[in-house]
Amino acid sequence: MKLPTFLGGVHPPEGKALTEDKAIETLLPKGDLVYPLSQHIGAPCAPVVAKGDHVKVGQKIADTEAFVSAPIFSSVSGTVKEIGPRMTIPGSVDTCIVVENDGQYEEAPSLLENPDSKPRPEDYVKLIRAAGIVGMGGACFPTHVKLSPPRGSVIRWIIVNGAECEPYLSCDNRLMMEHPESIVRGLELVLELFPDAQGVIAIENNKPKAIEAMSAMVEKCGNERIRVMPHKVKYPQGAEKMLIWSVTGQETPPPPALPADVGCIILNARTTYQIWLALTKGRPVTHRIISVTGDAVAEPKNLEVPLGISVQELIDACGSFKEDPVKVLAGGPMMGLAMRSLDVPVVKGTSGILCLTAKSAWIVEESACLRCGRCVEVCPMHLEPTLLDHAVRRRDYAEFEAHGGMSCIECGSCAYTCPASRHLVQSYKDGKAAVTAARRAAAAAAKAKAEKEAKE
Amino acid sequence: MNKLIVSTSPHIHSPLTTRQIMASVIIALVPAGVMGVWVFGLPALWVILTCVAACVLSEFVWQRLNGKKTTIGDLSAAVTGLLLAYNLPPTIPLWMAVVGSVFAVIVVKQFYGGIGCNIVNPALAGRAMMLISWPIAMTTWTLDGISTATPLAVMKMGAAATSSATAAGPAATIPSLWNLVTGSMAGCIGETSALLLLLGGLYLMWEGIISWRIPVIYIVTTAVLASAFGHGGGHFPHYEVLAGGLMLGAIFMATDYTTSPMTAKGQIIYAFGCGLLTALIRTWGGYPEGVSYSILIMNVAVPLIDRYTAPRAMGMPVKSWLSKGEAAK
Repeated sequence: MKLPTFLGGVHPPEGKALTEDKAIETLLPKGDLVYPLSQHIGAPCAPVVAKGDHVKVGQKIADTEAFVSAPIFSSVSGTVKEIGPRMTIPGSVDTCIVVENDGQYEEAPSLLENPDSKPRPEDYVKLIRAAGIVGMGGACFPTHVKLSPPRGSVIRWIIVNGAECEPYLSCDNRLMMEHPESIVRGLELVLELFPDAQGVIAIENNKPKAIEAMSAMVEKCGNERIRVMPHKVKYPQGAEKMLIWSVTGQETPPPPALPADVGCIILNARTTYQIWLALTKGRPVTHRIISVTGDAVAEPKNLEVPLGISVQELIDACGSFKEDPVKVLAGGPMMGLAMRSLDVPVVKGTSGILCLTAKSAWIVEESACLRCGRCVEVCPMHLEPTLLDHAVRRRDYAEFEAHGGMSCIECGSCAYTCPASRHLVQSYKDGKAAVTAARRAAAAAAKAKAEKEAKE
Repeated sequence: MNKLIVSTSPHIHSPLTTRQIMASVIIALVPAGVMGVWVFGLPALWVILTCVAACVLSEFVWQRLNGKKTTIGDLSAAVTGLLLAYNLPPTIPLWMAVVGSVFAVIVVKQFYGGIGCNIVNPALAGRAMMLISWPIAMTTWTLDGISTATPLAVMKMGAAATSSATAAGPAATIPSLWNLVTGSMAGCIGETSALLLLLGGLYLMWEGIISWRIPVIYIVTTAVLASAFGHGGGHFPHYEVLAGGLMLGAIFMATDYTTSPMTAKGQIIYAFGCGLLTALIRTWGGYPEGVSYSILIMNVAVPLIDRYTAPRAMGMPVKSWLSKGEAAK
């Protein structure tokens, strides 16, 4: 049987054997919990608690009026110790709420008005926002925004993304193996909102146990609108546009088009789980599963941790380092962020902590492009990565845009495969930032001009 | 604990590097070179060693003089030297081989910015320069110590039905098929053994260094068109393929990354163009051989081919090939 897939892509070493057989363990925090006010795409939150306040597990501590945003919750009970600057995963210093854990784990009341009965479907999206759910795969796009597609768009597919194509990570795999019912039920709840949609659970074929568990659960639940679709193993299968293509055969137009424009909504497996947790138990996002792995870690594990816990505590819980790491990443090796300090808090989008030694990390000087065309061959967006790279290095951002640079999904397939080790993704990040800044400046200038003309 | 390194993703990399690619090309070229030395004797070995040494040394010295980082470690200069030597007659004076090597590396490669930036294949351009500068030394062929003509030259003379007064002696005949396959015939050092060149090509395809597209399309196009044009006076097309530099050119020269198109579609057009030009030159041109000039001409067409065969990015509207070229400007 031919499995669905996409054109392009690469096959990096999977590295999943380190954690895929490790059952999820719960880790209790030892130190203070730190909650950055921006854990999502969109407007940052403002604190709704003050220093000295007592908070409970699942109590809202920060929120905003903005639509594209999501509230933040305490994951322990205790006292608000401080609201101030702390270093976060990307290496920037952001305002954070620091909670001192009292070790009691007193729970805040349910988000549901009537915890004994099912909420009404028209309240689902409101509840999902109230529960602070964002894309838990790492993108952190607020889920209630995804579930509010533009008027007139017909949603035909709800795709649960269990591809987990990033090497080393197995947190979604374990979640699907250990909690298949929550995911299927979560998908059923979302399907209630979209009567024309079918539910597809997409899993890469290197997770046979997850496929088995999810298929058995789909059969048991007997919902004819849901099916499990195994996919060929290839990176970046889990990227939104690749998944839409392999499941539905449709191409998503470049931004600002959304998956909803081609009738799709993609939800990560953990996100679907959180929807189930919010709509049936009334619990917000306070915990997540993290694969702590890599060849520098003594005992790689899958840990269910409270958000806000320090990365250092996760590594201590895995027997610390057996070898000195040269890189510690938040996320997988293809798209993860390299951290400069381990004293940073876990946030909603942290799917893994990957510790690489000098043997497995890629630290090489780049050399000249050979025009070998490998990047063109592997680019899942069918761009010409080397041309984009040259354009950015010439600071020719118009050329970068003309060659489709803004469509780049930064998956890193090109840089992974480049024999000259060109730092391609770095170029695209620069190029995209420059184009975005230029667009903003142009829009601001146009607005100022219009205002001036209106005055005259 | 050591300091942690912060850099952009991705944080892992495929094991393939430029150096490994070039090393694979060298490995693939070795058997044909050994055969060249076997057939033509020690002079062939001296030519090979001279070219490789001259290429590597001139790249090193040039980069030193210009205060650039030395890149001889990527082995690309060694590959250029090897390919140039394979394209020379074994009797070539060594000083000419040195001049050709220096020209290939400094003028054709370094003047344009070094590896990845040259617009034509350095070894072929070096050979073309030598052919213009020293036409007699570059076209004097010997086999077993006797002056003779290359099979393609014999075919050309046969086709033109001229007397053999100027060129080869009466001994010049077309070699047997067996000799063509193994390489026991007059010609350049590395071009004679079709079998060993093919072996090297298969190795490169197996290793994923080159794709089948350029060699196969190039060779098939040449064989079919040259026969259709009536070249070779009724000889079977396999003579077209096995005699002369087609195997060496199609497998090792036309597939040079820097001077061939990046997309599959572009490579097909490029290889067809190489084949068409080779057939035209062999049938109606002034040279018996046509591979070098065909590839050089197609090399300079590569930017144009790349522009018109740019892939359509996912989600972008389908455009006609004309407007695609416009957009790329």
